Amino acid sequence: MPYPAYMQESIRKVEATRERRLSEEFPRIPLGERQALLEAFHPDYIKEGMRELLVGPNKGERMPNEMADLVEGNSRIEPNKIDLSQIDFDVDVLVIGCGGAGASAALLAQENGAKVLIATKLRLGDANTVGAQAGTQAADRPNDSPVLHYLDVMGGGHFTNDPDLVEALVKDAPQVIQWLEDLGVNWDKEPDGTMHELSGGGACRRRLHSARDYTGLEEMRVLRDEIRNRGIEHLEFQPAVELIMDDEGKVAGAILVNLETNELTIVRAKAVVLATGGMGRLHIQGFPTTNHYGATADGIVLAYRAGAKLVHMDTMQYHPTGAAYPLQILGLLVTEKVRTLGAQLVNAEGEQFVMPLQPRDIVASAIIRECRKQGNGVKTPTGQVGVWLDSPMIDLLRGEGTIARELPAMVRQFGRFDIDITKEPMLVYPTLHYQNGGVKIDPHGATSVPGLFAAGEVEGGVHGRNRLIGNSTLDILVFGRRAGEAAARYAKEVKLGLLTLDHVLQWQKALQEAGIADKRPISPKLLPDYARQPFDYLPDYTKMILSPGQIKVA
Amino acid sequence: MAEETKVAERTKMLDIYIMGKHYRVPEGLTIMTALEYCGYRLIRGVGCRAGFCGACGTVYNFKSDPQLRYGLACQTTVEQDMYLTQIPFFPAAKPSYDLEKLEPTGEQVLEIYPDLIKCFGCNTCTKVCPQELEVMWFMSDALRGDIREVANKSFDCIMCGLCAARCPQGLVPYNIALLCRRLYGRYLSPKSEHLEKRIKEIEEGKFDAELKKLKKMSEDELSRLYQEREIESAK
Repeated sequence: MPYPAYMQESIRKVEATRERRLSEEFPRIPLGERQALLEAFHPDYIKEGMRELLVGPNKGERMPNEMADLVEGNSRIEPNKIDLSQIDFDVDVLVIGCGGAGASAALLAQENGAKVLIATKLRLGDANTVGAQAGTQAADRPNDSPVLHYLDVMGGGHFTNDPDLVEALVKDAPQVIQWLEDLGVNWDKEPDGTMHELSGGGACRRRLHSARDYTGLEEMRVLRDEIRNRGIEHLEFQPAVELIMDDEGKVAGAILVNLETNELTIVRAKAVVLATGGMGRLHIQGFPTTNHYGATADGIVLAYRAGAKLVHMDTMQYHPTGAAYPLQILGLLVTEKVRTLGAQLVNAEGEQFVMPLQPRDIVASAIIRECRKQGNGVKTPTGQVGVWLDSPMIDLLRGEGTIARELPAMVRQFGRFDIDITKEPMLVYPTLHYQNGGVKIDPHGATSVPGLFAAGEVEGGVHGRNRLIGNSTLDILVFGRRAGEAAARYAKEVKLGLLTLDHVLQWQKALQEAGIADKRPISPKLLPDYARQPFDYLPDYTKMILSPGQIKVA
Repeated sequence: MAEETKVAERTKMLDIYIMGKHYRVPEGLTIMTALEYCGYRLIRGVGCRAGFCGACGTVYNFKSDPQLRYGLACQTTVEQDMYLTQIPFFPAAKPSYDLEKLEPTGEQVLEIYPDLIKCFGCNTCTKVCPQELEVMWFMSDALRGDIREVANKSFDCIMCGLCAARCPQGLVPYNIALLCRRLYGRYLSPKSEHLEKRIKEIEEGKFDAELKKLKKMSEDELSRLYQEREIESAK
């Protein structure tokens, strides 16, 4: 889909100003003006987009409607029909989810002597981790320090982050880079071994460690291979639908469902690590998303029902640059690395309107303002609006061939649709990218419920109300490792009582009492419903019947 | 329903065939979104939906042209008269090894994947690769023991498995390449002194006092430090 003629006219304006813009630096938005911009244009501040929870540990707190519906959802199981004495797997540590966080947790739990089982909804490694392109932050250059990294993380999160978690994040960072290299990850380096590090929005030093623009893929390929090498048992296409507890209120396993046959599997585990990732596929406020197919907030639902406290659930990250054209890749992540390499954001007239390397919520809001308020966006034939990300200027700034070398994934993705990003800019608009908040944890990944640990995007507090580039791949590694190790240690000490699903019965009772049980869907959602439905020709009596594993959405 | 399909309803319709059955879908969908538009709820053969995870490698051909083509379902646009199917990801030869006990040599790679010598250079692997990698050439680099070159040429591999699916000799280029990249990263890539030094400093507690101070600061103080911090040039 090459750009239609009218879009090419706007591209000519971008080309006309390019030479001048090469030396032009747009001013940063001062800290004092950030809040006003966010309140006016960031989707988190659209009041109708959120509502208060009526039940559970975070009752009275707000979160996006789409998330709140699932968090207050009905269980997929009837506890009284399930015989918990028929245990299929009896392990020390059950890891639910296997992206970067789950894989790291499984490896560390095993290293610490635990018998580990992994359960994943899709395949091993099918997770947002593989889509992470730009890099992993770690303050390891001589002019950098974990202290500066700490300041960046806190400032980027508007000082709402949990300081203990941020300290763990920045102090472990160099060590996890080394850990991955010892496992065989190929970092971009200079010939003398110096890490090739780039800058990122909201970072005061160049500290992004990359593997071309396939950073998360490279990390995941290696972690997954190591799980296979060590023979760690894993069940694919078998997500958890409910946690199991014991009669003393500790988490003691999970119920898994086979996505294809609806068969249930009962796992008793002394400790459970939740590593189920984020929620992009809920399409909050109708936004397209960068997230993988399984990102439906399942872990949040399971943890909440077991009584775990959530934090910062009213803030989602909209990545400033999702593809706005062509239609086939609407919402696809255009890595921030394009901006770290020097590409500017420009409007339909070819003029800059924001300094491109600021925290993501700021840049996203500025793009929305430019399109919605100033009317300076470019409209695609299908009605999507966007601004230009001027990629060709990268080769002018850093030399011919830089784009091809540093951004092979991006060149390939757009090339498939006949757009050459070395010569033409990309049309972009914010896209739903990341769940800033999540299950509250301590620096060892422990949640407020004994026996339940969490790592990666499903947990919250690390990034406060806004995450910076390169800190999510760092988060999954740091807290995946910490949670895996802590879960293994905990499993050595703990004595489980009698298994029970009483918390599910209590939960359903609470929904009834709040008068919302019949108004909420079944959750966890497990998969998005993209399949076009035929018109509803079913007689009403069939709707009383639920299929055994209840994969069908009610 | 996905936003993209809703918008597309107003556009031109195409005839496609899913496992032989005729459907009409709007122009501008990918193979994956076309399947969904026709009512298929996907469990297998779907992942990141952005060309990174390798879950949706697939084959297709056309009504009047039976020659098989290869691609990622999430990255390939449907065309008039396309015949589609889904192929689930299937397991491939993957010997276990302990990276710590390996040598970064060609002999080592051959010891783990002895069938490598059976490659007779038909180049089918290269032709099917949706990433357009020079698969046969890195297989030949592997045979010669040039681990660095295998790592370089195979770097953008998303491990979709299409090369292994088509190899007439039953080889698994994507796993062989992964072994080589791990050997390169672990043993051959130059060490980063600045990284090792920083890890040592952190272990010695060099930054602990300052971090402790920051952790206790009021938001006002912290935000002042944040605003005053010097920002290094991005270049």
